[in-house]
Amino acid sequence: MPDQAQLLPGTLDLLILKAVSLGPLHGYGVLLRIGQISGETLLIEQGALYPALFRLFRQGLLKASWGTSENNRRAKYYELTAAGRKRLREETEGWNRLAGAIASALSAQPEEA
Amino acid sequence: MKFLDFLRLRIAHLFSRAEQNAEVDDEVASHIQLRADDLERSGLSRAEAERRARIEFGGQEHYKEECHEALNGSTFIESLFHDVRFGIRVLRKSPGFTLVAVVTLALAIGANAVVFAVLNALILRPVNVPEAESLWSIQRGSQRAINHSYLDYVDLRDRNRSFEGLTAYNLAAAGLDTGGDPASAWIMEATGNYFDVLKVHPYLGRFFHAGDEHGPNSAPYIVLTYAYWHSHFQDDRDVVGRVVQLNKHPFTILGVAPPEFRGTLLFVFPDFWVPLVNQEQVEGLDVRNERGNHFLLMMLGHLKPGVTPAQAVSDLNSIGASLEKSYPKDDSQMTFSLTRPGLAGDWLGGPLQAFLGGLMLLAALILLAACANLGSLFAARAADRSREVALRLSLGASRVRILRQLFTEAVLISLVGGAVGLWGGILLLRALSVWHPMPTTPLQIPIRPDWHVYTVAVLLSVASGFLFGAVPVRQVLHTDPYQVIKSGPAAAVWRRLTARDLLLVVQIAICAVLVTASLVAVRGLVRSLHSNFGFEQQNAMLVETSLSMGGYKGEQIPLMQKRMIDALENIPGVTSVGTVDRLPLYYGANSANVFTDQTADLSPANAAASAATYNISPGYFDAAGTVLLAGRKLSWHDDKNAPPVAVVNREFARRILGSVSDGVGRYYKLRDGSRVQVVGLVEDGKYGTLSEATRPAMFLPITQAPLATDMALVVRSNRDPQQVADAVSSTIRGLDAGLPFTIRTWKQELEGALFPSRMATLALGVFGMMGAVLSITGIFGMAAYSVSKRMRELGIRIALGARREEVLLAALGRAVRLLAFGSAAGLALGLLASRILASIVYQASPRDPLVLLGAVLAMALLGILATWIPAQRALSVDPLILLRDE
Repeated sequence: MPDQAQLLPGTLDLLILKAVSLGPLHGYGVLLRIGQISGETLLIEQGALYPALFRLFRQGLLKASWGTSENNRRAKYYELTAAGRKRLREETEGWNRLAGAIASALSAQPEEA
Repeated sequence: MKFLDFLRLRIAHLFSRAEQNAEVDDEVASHIQLRADDLERSGLSRAEAERRARIEFGGQEHYKEECHEALNGSTFIESLFHDVRFGIRVLRKSPGFTLVAVVTLALAIGANAVVFAVLNALILRPVNVPEAESLWSIQRGSQRAINHSYLDYVDLRDRNRSFEGLTAYNLAAAGLDTGGDPASAWIMEATGNYFDVLKVHPYLGRFFHAGDEHGPNSAPYIVLTYAYWHSHFQDDRDVVGRVVQLNKHPFTILGVAPPEFRGTLLFVFPDFWVPLVNQEQVEGLDVRNERGNHFLLMMLGHLKPGVTPAQAVSDLNSIGASLEKSYPKDDSQMTFSLTRPGLAGDWLGGPLQAFLGGLMLLAALILLAACANLGSLFAARAADRSREVALRLSLGASRVRILRQLFTEAVLISLVGGAVGLWGGILLLRALSVWHPMPTTPLQIPIRPDWHVYTVAVLLSVASGFLFGAVPVRQVLHTDPYQVIKSGPAAAVWRRLTARDLLLVVQIAICAVLVTASLVAVRGLVRSLHSNFGFEQQNAMLVETSLSMGGYKGEQIPLMQKRMIDALENIPGVTSVGTVDRLPLYYGANSANVFTDQTADLSPANAAASAATYNISPGYFDAAGTVLLAGRKLSWHDDKNAPPVAVVNREFARRILGSVSDGVGRYYKLRDGSRVQVVGLVEDGKYGTLSEATRPAMFLPITQAPLATDMALVVRSNRDPQQVADAVSSTIRGLDAGLPFTIRTWKQELEGALFPSRMATLALGVFGMMGAVLSITGIFGMAAYSVSKRMRELGIRIALGARREEVLLAALGRAVRLLAFGSAAGLALGLLASRILASIVYQASPRDPLVLLGAVLAMALLGILATWIPAQRALSVDPLILLRDE
């Protein structure tokens, strides 16, 4: 799969927070949403999602409740908590700063050095 | 809501992991269903879609486990749970190691708990009365005598300004007849204010008070201890007001003391209390008017609030100085000191404290040695587990986490060991509390472990866990996962001197101290059993009684004594019978000041010596087997009408008469001014304690002595002691059926005198054994470890043609050198420590060549024993197999 990229460590949490911030989702829904908003370029092994979800839940960034999916399956829905929203904002800023710095570093031209 | 969820999950985890499992399972199942729905929509069959969904999900079990970790990850308690569970698993896998470690610790912590419990019960805990912290006992003079005369007591009580009140008491035996068999009982004769000064309140009935005293024999009252009421009156509440016969005098039972108050001594429990004003009825004579009779009462009282012990002492001393001036004949050395009540003053308390302190130190050393031992075991294990540690490190575990795991294992072991040790200790203490070391005395060691003991045991367990758990820390912190996994744990760096070596040396030194100390004690005991007591215990029976218990008075006393002696002499097989007022080596000797014949001023300061004093009947020396060296024995003709005579021992002749060879015939003076002629000379003996220095003693005829009702009959026979005992009993009953007495062999009697050194020897012997076991396991561990580490090197040496002794030297040289070094250090320390022993264990001299030799031999033997198996293993190395192996 040449057009898919490995996730950098630590970025999965950020992606989950982002995905859930767009509306309550069950685990499988989170996967689909990430795929959708990343243009199907980011590869996440399905099982690996759950430890991350539980971790965020335990940290109080997500809340969860059992509900029914659109095709009538029982599923657990995740939502952002206030703390989760705050964390998402911080991490987004941090990531943007880093990405910007790296992008500008990589775009440096020989004559500028 | 979030918090509640959080809490619910937390609790769910702690109490039922099953619920959490279900939650995770449900969620994973739901995911797979949802994914399968999607796949089905893209055209797959339902079965195929579910199969694909499961495959896409990845390793379910693995992720579920990760979910649990994510959920329960890092709160302290939960990861502790993990560590403990993992620790138990690991320890279960090496049962041998666990067993050794637990047993080692159980022994060490058990020993500490027991010694501490004894220390706690006898020294740290005060007498059980209200406001015990202000309760003090008074000692007199540089000897710190705990006893005082009654008149001195009255002066101190009435003239001091420091105590709320002063009370005094004395221990005595008396015959109690409640309507059945008369039996001997232990009583405390106390001044009337006793219970009021101590602020104790009756459990039943009432106590006697100062107001009940109206002159001699005016208060025939008894206050029972709870224990005696329980065992002899079956908790009968109607006992109050009942009249019983005490030494054939009617006494009224006033009341019962509360169960927690068992008198003012910590190791002797009386059966009941009687007012001291009735001393004549209890002991047969009233000596309250003799100011010079200092061996009567122990005094104690509460200091007034705000008065310091130092102020009280100077207050008492000023009274003492004026008493000395007023009564120069009777009172000397009237300076005072205070001590905690309960242990009969510094006289007993001092050595006991020193001994128990020493024992505690040894116990602590044992624990330290055990920790050193386990520490090196742990270090060796950590080295062997370095692959595991490296693997965990490279998989991302933090070093802190790994260390915590190791500590958890260590503390787990130490807690289990501590629990087992404490349990064993409690069993031992229970046995100790119901044990009567001297059958005829109310001596007991009542040790109930309390929360102090439990706390100390738990603290010691945890502390030792951390102590030996800390040994491999550096090793783990320096583990380089890459190196270890690449080359295996055998890449040990054999540095010149490791911490482990140092530990081993320390441990061996400690063990050598213990071994030396116990050898010193055992040798001392053996010697004291074979030393010359000044009497021959073989074939001698003792009958102890007090004629006051039979109601004898005045001139009846010598008549009855003579009748008993005559009757016993007529028993077939009995060769001689004699009486003595107080047995040597039992409650300590009576002593009296003696003066040279030339001394005119007979004040205590001019005394030539304080001599052990015995009032004996003429047959005593024959019955006791005391050897007469010169002159004659006493006879029945040495009575009140004849001039005063005495038989003295060699030391007396040397110090007071000035000559051993022609001392017989010379004179000396007693305190009352009477001149006594020495008519005979006997061998030296032991009078007060086994460990005393040779001291002067004089034997006076009972026919010239003041009347005394306490007596011991010594019956020497050439027949089986049991048969003689039966005949003796029936003979005495034939003379007076109502006279209580005890009959034993002298050998049994001596058990009491030997009790302290026996206990010391037993305790030290046990510690010595523990020390030996610890050093064996320690050296063994070290030697075995060093051999296993160097198998390959040894194999190469053997392959290159090394001889056996060279292989051994290479494999074990280090262990043996450490052993030798540690033993030498320990031996030196042990000799120093043994000096303390010399004061308790009779004739325990650390410079005894036999002890030295024994200690060296013992350590060498231990070394050989401990290195034997590793040495065999080193010699049997097969180079081929080894080289192929690696």
